[in-house]
Amino acid sequence: MALDKPYLDVPGTTIFDAEQSRKGYHLNQFCMSLMKAENREAFKRDERAYLDQWPMTEEQKQGVLTRDLNRCIAAGGNIYFLAKIGATDGRSFQYMAATMTGMTQEEYMAMMLGGGRRIDGNRVLGENGDAQPQNQPQGKHRKDI
Amino acid sequence: MARITASVYTSHVPAIGAAIDLGKSQEPYWQPLFKGYEPSKQWMADNTPDVIFLVYNDHATAFSLEMIPTFAIGTAASFTPADEGWGPRPVPQVIGHPELAAHIAQSVIQDDFDLTIVNRMDVDHGLTVPLSLMFGQPAGPNPAWPCPVIPFAVNVVQYPVPSGRRCFMLGQAIRRAIESFDQPLKVQIWGTGGMSHQLQGPRAGLINQPFDNAFLDRLIADPAGQAAVPHIDYVREAGSEGIELVMWLIARGAMADVAGGLAPTLKHRFYHVPASNTAVGHLILENN
Repeated sequence: MALDKPYLDVPGTTIFDAEQSRKGYHLNQFCMSLMKAENREAFKRDERAYLDQWPMTEEQKQGVLTRDLNRCIAAGGNIYFLAKIGATDGRSFQYMAATMTGMTQEEYMAMMLGGGRRIDGNRVLGENGDAQPQNQPQGKHRKDI
Repeated sequence: MARITASVYTSHVPAIGAAIDLGKSQEPYWQPLFKGYEPSKQWMADNTPDVIFLVYNDHATAFSLEMIPTFAIGTAASFTPADEGWGPRPVPQVIGHPELAAHIAQSVIQDDFDLTIVNRMDVDHGLTVPLSLMFGQPAGPNPAWPCPVIPFAVNVVQYPVPSGRRCFMLGQAIRRAIESFDQPLKVQIWGTGGMSHQLQGPRAGLINQPFDNAFLDRLIADPAGQAAVPHIDYVREAGSEGIELVMWLIARGAMADVAGGLAPTLKHRFYHVPASNTAVGHLILENN
């Protein structure tokens, strides 16, 4: 019998469940390795060589190399683990959050200071809020691309 | 016998810890937030317990994907603040209470909750930021937290996380365990995490103030009703990381009124948006 996953219709959201965790195990454990300073140094010295020590898929490696966190999440990454890549890069969590929306960090910060992203239109796929797939990427500078 | 004197609820945003550690708490961005905790620091000074039972979650720090315990109780003599990638927070070691922790573990497991017992564990911002908010930053030549802390880590990282109902029932079992401990200890139970926030994907930055305030209202007045709210409501309305709020139900379930006692007194309530990516909520409830 299929498992009950009522969260699959939440827009702009990937729930890190047992299935995602299984897919992302090595990606997330690679991220975990960046908790150690010597591993951060080795990764920064040659990212590709460091990644090749892990039995990750090429898609996962490309997600890391391009710092595309949405791609990493789709491939089983979890944001608390992925945040360790940002820490290695000297980036704030808010910077990382902004990259997943398409906004600049300034635009994202302004949204948060304005009370955050609104829930209306962003509850269920098919509505028309700013987090819906048809409205990506967000942010002024990306609209023209 | 030991007894639960009060419960404290607060968000545990890492950026709050960074603001404290870097001396930014009086900056315009942070000042309104820290002002909301000024009454709490006074209340803590007036009501310092003998032990804090602190419910929080680890954020891929002590627990990687190698092991994912749903409920983990820290029974060690001390716990080291973790290096989460930006260096460890400059805060004191957290001193545990192994005797009470072991007692609670035995009692709660016999009460049908299968806890994982952890004798060695670093603690991340989920645990140390609430301590900093409530006590301020310990200073002096030998800085120390004012009382021992029993860390209680809940998995809210990998789904499914425990339901609100199970958290609420666990809180009731923890109260029974504490009240059967044969020393006259004053114990506070803290529930941390939340409020609405989402840290991932195109919906990152979600804040839902009506949801948060309704949660605070109901946690105070109708915790059993709030405990019946399913996961999906938190995920959809409060964001994928807003699910942390189920941890508040553990602390609420340990209050006397849930077991037929008097309703608690609300000593302080505070809500603020934003702290980095997150809505911050805070309550202090005293048992009567």
